[in-house]
Amino acid sequence: MVRNMRGAVLTLLALFALAACGGNTDNPVDNSGKPADNGTVIVGSANFTENVLLAEIYAAALEAKGVKVERKLNIGSREVIYKQLESGGLSVLPEYNGALLSYLDKTNAAATTAEVNTALKGKLPAAVELLDSAKAEDKDSVTVTKETATKYNLKSIADLGPVAKDLVIGGPPEFKTRRQGIVGLKEVYGLEFKDFRSLDVAGPVTVSALKKGDIQAANLFSTDPALEVNDFVALDDPKALFGAQNVTPIVNKAVGEKARTVLNSIAPKLDTATLTQLMRKVSVDKQDPDKVAKEWLKSVGLA
Amino acid sequence: MRIFSVAWHWFGQPEQWTGSDGIPNRLLEHLYYTSLSLLIAAAVAIPLGLLIGHTNRGGFLVVNLSNAARALPTAGVLVLVVTLSGIGLLPVIVALVVLAIPSILVNTYAGVRQVPRETVDAARGMGMRGGQVLWQVETPLAMPLIMTGLRTAAIQIVSTATVAAYVGLGGLGRYIFDGLARRDYPALVGGAVIVVGLALGTEGAFVAVRSLIAKRTQGE
Repeated sequence: MVRNMRGAVLTLLALFALAACGGNTDNPVDNSGKPADNGTVIVGSANFTENVLLAEIYAAALEAKGVKVERKLNIGSREVIYKQLESGGLSVLPEYNGALLSYLDKTNAAATTAEVNTALKGKLPAAVELLDSAKAEDKDSVTVTKETATKYNLKSIADLGPVAKDLVIGGPPEFKTRRQGIVGLKEVYGLEFKDFRSLDVAGPVTVSALKKGDIQAANLFSTDPALEVNDFVALDDPKALFGAQNVTPIVNKAVGEKARTVLNSIAPKLDTATLTQLMRKVSVDKQDPDKVAKEWLKSVGLA
Repeated sequence: MRIFSVAWHWFGQPEQWTGSDGIPNRLLEHLYYTSLSLLIAAAVAIPLGLLIGHTNRGGFLVVNLSNAARALPTAGVLVLVVTLSGIGLLPVIVALVVLAIPSILVNTYAGVRQVPRETVDAARGMGMRGGQVLWQVETPLAMPLIMTGLRTAAIQIVSTATVAAYVGLGGLGRYIFDGLARRDYPALVGGAVIVVGLALGTEGAFVAVRSLIAKRTQGE
C-alpha cells in the first residue's frame, strides 16, 4: 500500500516535469473545429433555462421546416460556447446582442438595438454572422427584495450609491470579471459593494440567497418569473450599463439560406412579454422547454 | 500535456499564494469543510454502527438505507438544503455528512459483526458485561474496518467538498467553478490538480496511521 502511494506520487511528479517542458496555448481543453456533417444544424445554448428554451424554439422551428437538427443544450457560459460557434462545433446560438458586444469589445458604449447591432457586425469574426433581433429583451439586472428597495428608497442602480458599501451582491462567477457586472458597476455608477458572492447563473441558489437575505442584491434576468413570484425589484439602469439585450440568433457561416430564413421568421413574433410567459411555463409550471417551444411555434403559425 | 504546462505556469504566479483567493487560504477552507464534515459523520455513524453491530438489531434496515443513501446526488442535497435554509456553511456540511455516513456506518457495522462468535462467547464466559464486550473486544477487533470506512469517507469528502463553491463558499472548488465560468483554464486545472493531490495525501495519511497502529500492536 505504502509502496503504491509512493509510486502514484512519483508518477504525478513525473507528469509535471514533462508538462513543464510543453508548449503554452490559451485553451488546453478545446477539441472542437469539426464542422457539422452536410446540412445538419447544431443548435447550442448557454447553461440557463431561458437560453435553453430559446434554443429549443430555434431547433423546433428548423425541424418544422425540414432542416436536420442536432441539439447541444445547456453547455456553459458565453465564454465557453462562443468559441465553439466560431470553430464550427456549434452552428446556431441564441444570443443577447448587448451582452455579446460587451464580450467582444469591453469598451463599446453602444446602447440602442440598432447601435449595438451595427457595432456587433463590425466586431464579429468572419466565421460568425448575426441574424435578425427579436423585440424580446432579457437584460441582466441588479435586483433587490421589495423590503430592501423600500428601506433604502431604491428605484435605479444609481440609488445604490450611498448604500452599496453595506450590501453583498451575488451572481454567477463571471459576473465579477465582466464589464456588464462588477467591473461596469464600478466604472459607470461608481459602486463598490461590500462583497461579491459567486453563486449560480440566476438559478435556485441565487434566488434563495436573495430571499433569505444572505445577499442583498443579485444579478438576475429581467424575464425571470422568480422576480414576480418573490416580489423582487429589478432596478432601472439609467446609464444603460446593461444596454440593449435583444434576443438574436448568431450563426456559423456554414449555415444554409433556408435555416437562416426560418430563424429570421421567429424574430418578429417574439417580444419580452411573450418570452416571460413562456419562461413562466418552464420555470414555474415546470413544463418541458421543448414542449413549450413547440406549442408556442404552433400558436404563431411557425410549426 | 499542454493542460499540465498551463497549470504549472499558474502555480508559479505570485498572486496565487496570497490573499483570500490564494492557494493557502483556499486549501485551509477546503480542509476546514472536510474535517468538520468527517468529524460530524464519524460522530453519528460510528456509535450507531457499533450499537447495531453489537445488538444485531436493525442491521438489515440500516445497511440498506445507507446503501440507498449512497445514490443521493450530493449536488441535489446541497441545492435542496440551500432552498430551505439559504446559502452558507450548513448546506455544504449537510451534503458532505450525508455523503460520508454510509461508508463509515456500513464498515463499522460489518467490523463488529465479523468478530468471531466464539470470541464474544469467550468474553461473556469470562464474566464481561455487554458494554465491556463492546469496548474491550468488539471495538478493537472492528478497528481495521472502521478505519477503512473513515478513509473511504475522507477521500470522498475531500474530492466532493469542491461543491461548496457552487453555493458561494470558498475551498478549492472556487478555482474549478470560477475557472470554468470565466474560461480561465489554468485555474481550473490547477484547482483540480490540488484536489487530486489532497485526496492522495489523505489516502497516504490514513495508510501511515494504520501502519503505525499495526507496528504498535505487534510490538506489544
